[in-house]
Amino acid sequence: MIAELGHFVLILALAVAAYQTIVPLYGAARGDGRLMAAGTVASLAQFALVMAAFMALMQAYLSSDFSVLNVAENSHSDKPLIYKISGVWGNHEGSMLLWVLILSIFGAAVALFGNNLPQSLKARILSVQGSIGFAFLLFIVVASNPFQRLNPAPVEGNGLNPILQDPALAFHPPFLYAGYVGLSIAFSFAVAALIEGRVDAAWARWVRPWTLVSWAFLTLGIGMGSWWAYYELGWGGFWFWDPVENASFMPWLIATALLHSAVVVEKRGALKIWTILLSILAFSLSLVGTFLVRSGVLTSVHAFAVDPSRGFFILMILAFFVGGSLTLFALRAPSLKTGGLFAPLSREGGLVLNNLLLCAACAAVFIGTLYPLGLETLTGEKISVGPPFFNLTFGPIILPLLLLVPAGPMLTWKRAEAWPVVQRLWWAAAAAICLSLLVLVITQRGPWLAIAGIALGAWLVLGAAADLVLRANFGRVPISVAWARLSGLPRSAFGTALAHGGAGILVIGVILLSLWREEHIVALKPGESVAVAGYTVTFDGEAPLRGPNYGGRLGRFSITRDGARIADVVSEKRIFEPSNMPTTEVGLVQGFWGDIYVVLGDMETNGARVVRATYQPMASWIWIGATVMFLGGLLSLTDRRLRIGVPKRAAAPLPVPAVE
Amino acid sequence: MTRKQTRTAFILASLAILGLAAGLILYAIRDTIVFFYTPSEVTEKMVQPGTRLRLGGLVEKGSFKPAEGTIYSFRITDTAKALPVTYKGQLPDLFREGQGVVAEGVLQADGSFTADTVLAKHDENYMPKDVADRLKEKGLWQHMEQQGGQPQ
Repeated sequence: MIAELGHFVLILALAVAAYQTIVPLYGAARGDGRLMAAGTVASLAQFALVMAAFMALMQAYLSSDFSVLNVAENSHSDKPLIYKISGVWGNHEGSMLLWVLILSIFGAAVALFGNNLPQSLKARILSVQGSIGFAFLLFIVVASNPFQRLNPAPVEGNGLNPILQDPALAFHPPFLYAGYVGLSIAFSFAVAALIEGRVDAAWARWVRPWTLVSWAFLTLGIGMGSWWAYYELGWGGFWFWDPVENASFMPWLIATALLHSAVVVEKRGALKIWTILLSILAFSLSLVGTFLVRSGVLTSVHAFAVDPSRGFFILMILAFFVGGSLTLFALRAPSLKTGGLFAPLSREGGLVLNNLLLCAACAAVFIGTLYPLGLETLTGEKISVGPPFFNLTFGPIILPLLLLVPAGPMLTWKRAEAWPVVQRLWWAAAAAICLSLLVLVITQRGPWLAIAGIALGAWLVLGAAADLVLRANFGRVPISVAWARLSGLPRSAFGTALAHGGAGILVIGVILLSLWREEHIVALKPGESVAVAGYTVTFDGEAPLRGPNYGGRLGRFSITRDGARIADVVSEKRIFEPSNMPTTEVGLVQGFWGDIYVVLGDMETNGARVVRATYQPMASWIWIGATVMFLGGLLSLTDRRLRIGVPKRAAAPLPVPAVE
Repeated sequence: MTRKQTRTAFILASLAILGLAAGLILYAIRDTIVFFYTPSEVTEKMVQPGTRLRLGGLVEKGSFKPAEGTIYSFRITDTAKALPVTYKGQLPDLFREGQGVVAEGVLQADGSFTADTVLAKHDENYMPKDVADRLKEKGLWQHMEQQGGQPQ
C-alpha cells in the first residue's frame, strides 16, 4: 500500500514539475507576478512529494517489504539498520530517486532563501530547475520505477552488495549527489540569466554561494569515495582514474573554475559570458557523469544495472539539456554586455589563467575517460586508458596552476606588477624549499620528485598563510592592531586560505604516498613476520569469524617497531550470507605520518597465508587535505557578504507585477 | 591596453595552453594506452613478446593452482585458445574458476603472460563486459554462461 502511495506521489511530483516548468516561465514573460510566484509554491510542493516518495521507499527497506522488487533485490532482513537505510540508494532506482530528491531540495532552497532575487529571475530559475526535475522524474516513472511489486514476494531478499556495506559508502552518495546535483542551481541561474539577457555583479553574488555549497559537498563526496576505495576495496590505492571517479572529478574541476570566475564577474563585471558557459558546462558534466555511471556503458561497482533503454533515456535528457542550453548560449551570449578592462598581469588575468588550466585539465580527464568508449563505438577496438595517461597529461597541466596559486591573491585588480608579488612571497618560497631540504636531510631519501612535491605542498600552505598575514599587515603595524585586523578579515579570506592550504596538504599526501609507498607480498605461517618500513608485521594466527550477516575467517596481526608493540590489527575474509559473496576487510593502523595496511590473502600450497603488508606514508594527509578544503568552502559560505541581503540589484528594472 | 588587445592576448594565451594540453594528450594517448585482447587475438594479431596488454577471458576450469609462495598460476581462456598466466600478489575476492577475469601485464617470449594486476568484477555472475562482447563476437557466448547467455 505504501509502495503504491510512493509511486502515486512520484507521478504527482511529475505533474507538479511540469507546472513548475511552464507557469513561472510564462509568468515571467508576461510580467505576471502571481504566475511567477507559482514557482515558489511548486518548488516546495515538489520537494514535499519527492520526499514522501523517498520516505515510502525508505519504509519499504526498513520493514524489509520484499514484495517490492527493489527491496527484494537489494536488501535482507538480517542487514544492520544503517545498511537498510543506505540500501535505499545502493541500487539504480533508489539512487535516481535520491538524485531527484536532492534536486528538489535545492529547488526548494532557492524558493525559500531566494527572496532577495528579482522576481522574474527567481521565476525563471525555478522554472529551469523544474524542467530538470521533470526530465528525471519522467525517467523514474517510465523506466526506473523503484516501487515495482514482485509477486509472489520472496521470504528473504538478496542482500545489498557486501562491499557497499560500509559506513563511508553509506554517506558517500548523498554528499556526492549534493555536489553533483547542486550544480544544477548554477546551471539554472545561467539559463535564467540568458533568458533575461542580463548578467551583473549581483547575479554573480547570488550564484556563488550555491556553487560554493556544491563544490564543498563534491569535495567531501569525492574524498569519501576515495577513502572508501582505499580501505574497503583493499587494493591499497586512493585514486584509480577509474571512469566513475573521473565522472565526479570533471564537474569538480569545472566547479572550481566557476567559483573563481564568478569572483571576477562580481568584483569587476568581466568574464560574464565565460562564467555563464562554465555554469552550463559544470552541470553538463554532472549529467555526463550520471549518464556514464547510470547507463551501464561502463562496467564498474557503480553500474548497478545494464539496461540499454535506460542509458538511452538518460542520453536523451543529457542531449536536451546540454544542447538546449548551449544553443541558448550561442543565441544570447553575444548580446551580454561585457565590462571591466584588465591587463594580462592582474588578478583577473590570474583567474583567467586558473580557469584555462582547470579547463585544460578537465579536457585531459574527459578525453582519457571517453576516448576508449568512442574508439570502441567507432572501430570496435578495445583499449584501456589508465593512470599513466592521466599522470602524463593531468599532472603537467595542473602543476603550473598549483605553483601559481599563492601568487593569485597577491595580484591587484585591473593591473598588477610582478615585483611586489615576489617581494611579498619570497620568504614563503624560501621557507618551502628549506623545509623540503630539511626533510631530505632527515629522511635521506629521494627521488627529487618527492622533495619537489613537499616543497610544492609547503609553498601552497605557506602561501595561503602569507595572504592572511599580509592582509592583516603583520610586521608593519603593531601586533595588537594586526590581530584585530586579522579577526576583522572577512570569513571568505579564511575560507580561501583554508581551501588553498588544504590543497597543499593534499598534494603532499598524494605525492609522498605515490612515491614512498612500501609494499611486501609474502607467504606467512602463524608466528612468521615481515618487515615493512621499519615496522615488523607478525601473523599471529587465524580464527573463524561470525558477523551479523556474514561468516568467514579472520587473521590476527601484531605490529611492532624495535620490539615495542604498536598495535594489533585484524584482517578479515568475510563471506556474506545471502549471496555467498566474499569480501576482504583490511587491517589498518592509521597514523599521522603513515598507515600500516595489512591484507589477509588466500592459503598457499604449504598452508601459509599470502599476506600483503603495505606502509602508506602520509595517507591521512589526503583526507585531511580534502576535509580542510571542504571546511574552507563552508567557512566562505558563512561570509556576511554572501549571507546577508547584500545582493540588491542597484536600480534594477524590476518587472512590474500585473495588477488586475 | 585596449579591449581588442586584451581580447587578443586572452585568445592567444588560451590557444597556447589548449594547444599544449592537446599535444600532451595526443602524445600520451599514443604512448600509454593498453590494448585489450582475448587469448585468440594474442595469437591472431601476433602480439610481440614484451608488449603490455590486457588479457581478458575466463579462468579455465581446473587450471588454477594455489599459490607456490606468493605466485599464482592459472590459465585464461576464451574457449578457443588459452594462455598460461602467472601472477604475484593477492587475487581479487571474486576470482574463481569459470569466472570472467581481466589481467594486465606483459606477454613473455615463451607465450605465457605475467600479470601485475588481476581484476574480477564485484558481482557474482559477472563476466567483464569486454570479455562478454568478445565472446559474443566469436559466437562463443552460449558455452560460457548457461543462465544469461544469448547466442548471437
